[in-house]
Amino acid sequence: MSGFPPLRRIAAGLGAVIVLGVAFAAIFAPLLVPHDPFLQDLNQRMVPPSWMEGGMPAHLFGTDQLGRDYLSRLIYGARISMLIGVMTVITSGLIGITLGVLGGFFGGRVDDVVMFAITCRLSIPLILVALSVVSLIGSSLTVVVFTLGLLLWDRFAVVARTTTMQVRTLDYVSAAWAAGCSRSYILLREVLPNIVHHLIVVATLEMALAILLEAALSFLGLGVPPPLPSWGLMISEAKDYMFFSPWVIMVPGIALFVLVLGINFLGDGLRDLLGATRDA
Amino acid sequence: MSETLLDVQGLRVRFGGGTEAVRGVSLAVDRGETHCLVGESGCGKSVSALAVMTLLARGATRSAERMAFAGTDLLGLDERGMAKLRGNRMAMIFQEPMTSLNPAYTVGSQMAEVMRRHRGASRRAALDRAAALLGRVGITAPGMRLAQYPHQLSGGLRQRVMIAMALMCDPELLIADEPTTALDVTVQAQILRLLLELQRELGLAILLITHDLGIVARMAHRVSVMYAGQVVESAPAADLFAAPTHPYTRGLLDCVPAPGKVARGAQLGSIPGTVPRIPLGFTGCAFRDRCAQAMPECSGDIPAQTRIPGHRYLCRLPAGWPRDAAA
Repeated sequence: MSGFPPLRRIAAGLGAVIVLGVAFAAIFAPLLVPHDPFLQDLNQRMVPPSWMEGGMPAHLFGTDQLGRDYLSRLIYGARISMLIGVMTVITSGLIGITLGVLGGFFGGRVDDVVMFAITCRLSIPLILVALSVVSLIGSSLTVVVFTLGLLLWDRFAVVARTTTMQVRTLDYVSAAWAAGCSRSYILLREVLPNIVHHLIVVATLEMALAILLEAALSFLGLGVPPPLPSWGLMISEAKDYMFFSPWVIMVPGIALFVLVLGINFLGDGLRDLLGATRDA
Repeated sequence: MSETLLDVQGLRVRFGGGTEAVRGVSLAVDRGETHCLVGESGCGKSVSALAVMTLLARGATRSAERMAFAGTDLLGLDERGMAKLRGNRMAMIFQEPMTSLNPAYTVGSQMAEVMRRHRGASRRAALDRAAALLGRVGITAPGMRLAQYPHQLSGGLRQRVMIAMALMCDPELLIADEPTTALDVTVQAQILRLLLELQRELGLAILLITHDLGIVARMAHRVSVMYAGQVVESAPAADLFAAPTHPYTRGLLDCVPAPGKVARGAQLGSIPGTVPRIPLGFTGCAFRDRCAQAMPECSGDIPAQTRIPGHRYLCRLPAGWPRDAAA
């Protein structure tokens, strides 16, 4: 257990702290915010963060171009990011894991169909399709979640398929057949629990990707609609002011960077941890 | 008394790509008897056992003239009917105890599952039986072991768990595929003694697959020697060791070093060559290229001969051919 280098452990711990912190902020956002994130105050526009010249103690991260408290918007933005991340992973995970496990377990014709679906999905340009779907149907949180969910399942499917193929041939699965277990039992109770640790790692990667994609879509004006405070939307709205008020683009940008980094650290840490206990 | 429990006639297993791993194997296991299946790696022992359980990998096709278990025709049985037999009336133990238990569940829940599935037993009752059986196979503190995960157990303990699990539903036939190969010698002896005791107590029939003639000598009532997918000799154990008739069986027995019989520094016996690949449509004796007694006729049909009733072998040579005549 004391095997892996301390630096990796620190990174994993840091990742866990960041993700838990952002999740905490997202869940308890209404209790944490100092101001109403939607309340505009045109007398106090573009107030710099409180540690800068001209800053106000009441607005820690300053205000935006409409005088809304930036810290409050950042905290509410965490809700959107986490919601998108989690919901997308659930949707894409359901699709990808189902396809992958079925393909890997049954093989043959079923596997051919699954492989074809994966190949099709991989040949679809992600951002382009997301853009066109959102611009056709219109942007809302639900549309973004389902668009991303329907596009991001490929890695789940690939990993679930290969790991299922490995587990399927292991002795304890043969032993389960020899004990007279049914096919569905072996699929759900023997195979699935033993590939879950691989899928958790994929889930963290996909979550980070989904959050970044949502930010990209929002930046392009096709993600969550204003006035919802998405981090990508905040960056988008701030880009006109970045030369004179650089903090308006830096604050959500850094938040996005830190969260995605944290999720990836956590994913790496989980992989080390789960890998270590499995192979011991 | 000796009623045939498992009767297999002319079993053939073919894998895709035109290799036949089992070529007409016939086996009979009587109630309460240990039938040992001996042979080199790759001779089709395990495949034969898996074919009996209908657990062959995808891409393998099985055919047989007759395959019956306690009067039930296994050939006509569908997957559902087979699943009812497996783990219930016929159980199997695998070679590798380290990987035969599911790492995701406790020992108790895996053991209980078998009985709940086949007998509809309650969780409580199944766990009680599991604890009793763990005690029976010589595991101390069974209550504690039930709550443990497989990685917390040693190899010997896991194999005991596997045996206890196989016994959950009082099977009539136990198929053990090299159950002690992965264990060290002391544990191996304990496990074999345990199997013998259990057989005496429960009247189990055991089909024991092994390549270790020492195990055969200790355990077997009846032995079938397999070579390249065929049973080349089958006899009661005492008979086989006293009068091995097929050249391959004699070769195998010569390979076992006996303390005191082999001079220090002398060469141990060995059989020259390796097991050949058998293409489809192969005729004659598969051992002929490695056999010191080979004759031109060995590439023709080989007659099945009977030395004495119950001792059959597949070779042209007469029973009791002189050992070193041609060598």
